[in-house]
Amino acid sequence: MSKPKLALYWAASCGGCEVTVLDIEEKILEVAGFFDIVFWPCAMDFKYKDVEAMPDGSIDLCLFNGAIRTSENEYMAHLLRRKAKALVAFGSCAMDGCIPGLANLTTREAIFQTAYQESPSTLNPERTRPVPKFAAPEGELDIPEFYESVRTLGQVVPVEYFIPGCPPQPPQIVAVMSAIMQGAQLPPAGSVIGAGEKTCCDECGRPRKEKHLKRFHRPFEIEAKPEECLLDQGIICLGPATRSGCGALCVKANMPCRGCYGAAPNVTDQGAKMVSAISSVIDSQDPAEINSILDQIVDPVGTLYRFSVPNSMLFRKQAGAA
Amino acid sequence: MTTNGKNFEPRIVGFLCNWCSYTGADLAGTSRMKSPANVRPIRVMCSGRVDPSFILRAFQLGADGVLVAGCHPGDCHYQEGNYKALRRVLMLKRILRAFGIDERRLRLEWISAAEGEKFAKATTEFTEEVRALGPLKIETGLIPQPLEAGPEMQEVAS
Repeated sequence: MSKPKLALYWAASCGGCEVTVLDIEEKILEVAGFFDIVFWPCAMDFKYKDVEAMPDGSIDLCLFNGAIRTSENEYMAHLLRRKAKALVAFGSCAMDGCIPGLANLTTREAIFQTAYQESPSTLNPERTRPVPKFAAPEGELDIPEFYESVRTLGQVVPVEYFIPGCPPQPPQIVAVMSAIMQGAQLPPAGSVIGAGEKTCCDECGRPRKEKHLKRFHRPFEIEAKPEECLLDQGIICLGPATRSGCGALCVKANMPCRGCYGAAPNVTDQGAKMVSAISSVIDSQDPAEINSILDQIVDPVGTLYRFSVPNSMLFRKQAGAA
Repeated sequence: MTTNGKNFEPRIVGFLCNWCSYTGADLAGTSRMKSPANVRPIRVMCSGRVDPSFILRAFQLGADGVLVAGCHPGDCHYQEGNYKALRRVLMLKRILRAFGIDERRLRLEWISAAEGEKFAKATTEFTEEVRALGPLKIETGLIPQPLEAGPEMQEVAS
């Protein structure tokens, strides 16, 4: 019997999800032995045309990391969707939009302005900008189009499974791959796998008190006490709104949870849930005082939706809205 | 009802608390006061029951404005649910601003069971304010799907 076929691909991502696959250490040899790896641009020499030549549905499992920001990302999402039996949104970018998704709080024009004009290391007097098609003396060249908005993989094609995390943690990847290799019954399509069913707070050992807050701090402003709940200390920690599964790594390093494991189970909008949590602990009933307390939370959207702007209900900074 | 041009009729979702504001709306009705049909009331047990995601969902699915109405400060049936609503609305206004949505599209009102007149006045004012702001053309990550009637609507239809 031929081996099951595995594909790995990266779209708009940093590459951390590729590294985390290798971070499963010697287990990678088992994976490589069990599967026939048919596509993995980061590590092996395959071309897009090799994938195009495969019969539809011939890849058994595709781990797709990265968000959809360019026409190339979108093309590959559709291509791999056709070729794969099980398409997995692997990591926060593919699942929620993650850091690339923060681009949805601005515009393509503003991004180009910064990247090609204003950044201190840029010298571009001809104001050259990337254009999808360019007539060179040797012939017409084309490069992928950069879209106005970043989308999640699930917003572009149907996805079987979601593995959260920035990046997904190696023990979770080992658990998922081992289950697949042992032929375990997979959960229903649409499930989040490789994560817990509770919130990050559940994995955090810090004792919690009844919270009454009048002052918020950014993590660098105070030295957090390692034995107290960070939110109790006025540091915005996304633990209450974030899915468990990472083992509360950041909190154990005395840094607040930033929310990379995405919305907690049964929560649709991670930031909205965090608004709810923070509103419950602000100790004031006076609108003016509440506003002055809220002023201490610098960049509320960037903080509460750091990993989930594209997958949030409002999706992006609205252009046409007054 | 059209959603563009001069004949724009705003769609407003109104979350009204059971103990004060919904009863206030009822009083406005039984007193034959005029209030705009633009506000679609949803009765909730307490303004503190209105999860921020309810409000964002309303905007996502096409509301031009959202009204949250509860008992006056100090009058909450559950002691302090309305204060929670106050803090949520103040924080959500900041979130809306960052997402490019005018914060005036979200309004909080205290309306007691005896204030039918205030309900009529607040909803009229809010409707006119949202009308002046114009339709909220929102771009979402949702894949467009034809609206399906829920089970209760299908029952009505059959």
